[in-house]
Amino acid sequence: MNYRAIRAIYLFEMARTWRTLLQSIVSPVVSTSLYFVVFGAAIGSRITEVEGVSYGTFIVPGLVMLSVLTQSIANASFGIYFPKFVGTIYEILSAPVSYIEIVIGYVGAAATKSIILGLIIMATAALFVPLHIHHPWWMLTFLVLTAVTFSLFGFIIGIWADGFEKLQMIPMLIVTPLTFLGGSFYSVNMLPSGWRTVTLLNPVVYLISGFRWSFYEIADVSVALSLGMTLGFLAICMVLVWWIFRTGYRLKN
Amino acid sequence: MLAQPPIISVSNLSKTYGSGFKALKGINLDIKRGEIFALLGPNGAGKTTLISIICGIANLSEGRVTVGGHDINSDYRAARSLIGLVPQELHTDSFETVWATVSFSRGLFGKPKNPAHIEKVLKDLSLWDKKDSKIITLSGGMKRRVMIAKALSHEPQILFLDEPTAGVDVELRKGMWDVVRGLQASGVTIILTTHYIQEAEEMADRIGVINKGEIILVEDKAGLMQKLGKKHLTLHLQQKIDAIPPALAPYKLQLSSDGRLLTYDYDTKGERTGITSLLSDLRNAGIHISDLDTTQSSLEDIFVSLVRAP
Repeated sequence: MNYRAIRAIYLFEMARTWRTLLQSIVSPVVSTSLYFVVFGAAIGSRITEVEGVSYGTFIVPGLVMLSVLTQSIANASFGIYFPKFVGTIYEILSAPVSYIEIVIGYVGAAATKSIILGLIIMATAALFVPLHIHHPWWMLTFLVLTAVTFSLFGFIIGIWADGFEKLQMIPMLIVTPLTFLGGSFYSVNMLPSGWRTVTLLNPVVYLISGFRWSFYEIADVSVALSLGMTLGFLAICMVLVWWIFRTGYRLKN
Repeated sequence: MLAQPPIISVSNLSKTYGSGFKALKGINLDIKRGEIFALLGPNGAGKTTLISIICGIANLSEGRVTVGGHDINSDYRAARSLIGLVPQELHTDSFETVWATVSFSRGLFGKPKNPAHIEKVLKDLSLWDKKDSKIITLSGGMKRRVMIAKALSHEPQILFLDEPTAGVDVELRKGMWDVVRGLQASGVTIILTTHYIQEAEEMADRIGVINKGEIILVEDKAGLMQKLGKKHLTLHLQQKIDAIPPALAPYKLQLSSDGRLLTYDYDTKGERTGITSLLSDLRNAGIHISDLDTTQSSLEDIFVSLVRAP
């Protein structure tokens, strides 16, 4: 294992985060705070409790997930797409590093960033609503798993994309809708039964449900299923990354 | 002296791109330890593809490459550790400082921190006073040197320079040649590609010519110059002539269209150049000369004649 290379890539990516602090940390925190004001305070005051918790409190896990998902994808996809775009990827490819080391460096940095972001958003939320976390370790487990899984997914998008438009396409057209429809703002049980079945096809439902359970012990689906689906998606992403490096897809041709 | 094994050995290397374009066709090439090898070839000949494969940036289609005895696929870590690569294009991270980007390269190649070495590299490349500058603020020539510094950061045994002096002014080019010679003196093997024949002529120990994906010649520079080097004697005539007198036919002279210049080609390696007899035969034929000059064919002429050959 070339640990120094992992460290170099990781620190390089983290340095990029600090350089773009406004864009990478401040702006998601601001937009999440806006959600709290609009949904939590303004609209939420008209809504009675959802599954036994106040609406403002109910949406916290969903909002954290919303940011962690989109930011993991954005960070990781940009992190690998940009060297491809400006050409500095030559150095990574010509270095004595294995693809596992490259992935750990890039995905690790992107995941770290979104975990930090998730924690900051939770802290921000605590300023607006009373927050109690029933299962802090499970909360962290879901947070880390989701951050890593979606950073891997972002890494794949970054390698697949051959233009800035494609880089934005999947996050905008697929991930954001899935997150909004995945129960960030409502319990899946609030939907009519037909829609409920459709919603269960949305993988994000399982992430948010599991994460919310770690906070309030309320869940749309069983926790085991949530965990299983998250791990399953992680496995799919890992296989894709393995295939990319094995074939040199869009990297070495 | 015992013949050392080549530091790079390329055998039967072929590369076919997804589009079906055959960029390399059965390349065989050995690079000797410690030499400066210049790879010449027109645009699209396959120079960059060859380098990219050796360095791990592109996959090979067929054949085998070893670097320091290590197969570039099965033992890529050992192979790549030996190599520093300076690509043709100026690929740099604009917002990093010179120091950070060079240190990053060292880490990427798995070497422990060594600020003293990086300081030396930056000083050798006259970049020391720019170490805290962001790369975006540097000139093109400086960026080129930053890329060389990155390649040297991990103390490679082999340095690839793909068109190192493209777009670099004459003075800087000379400076870069000094750097390359210094590296060779410290034991680094250097492979450079260039469009500037003058550069190859000035720097290289051996020269390879690649065209249309095939190596068409590999030769010691001196041998190549001697083997193919011809001199041209140009004779300026006092009076124009309409035709070359038959008595001079054995010299295979060429007459210019205005009838005032005669050109005679001769081999530098020949012991008898034939100049003295030519001059006396000219006098006998009644042709008087007002002036004469000689030129030696450069590597460029040799190169052009090789690449043009069918």
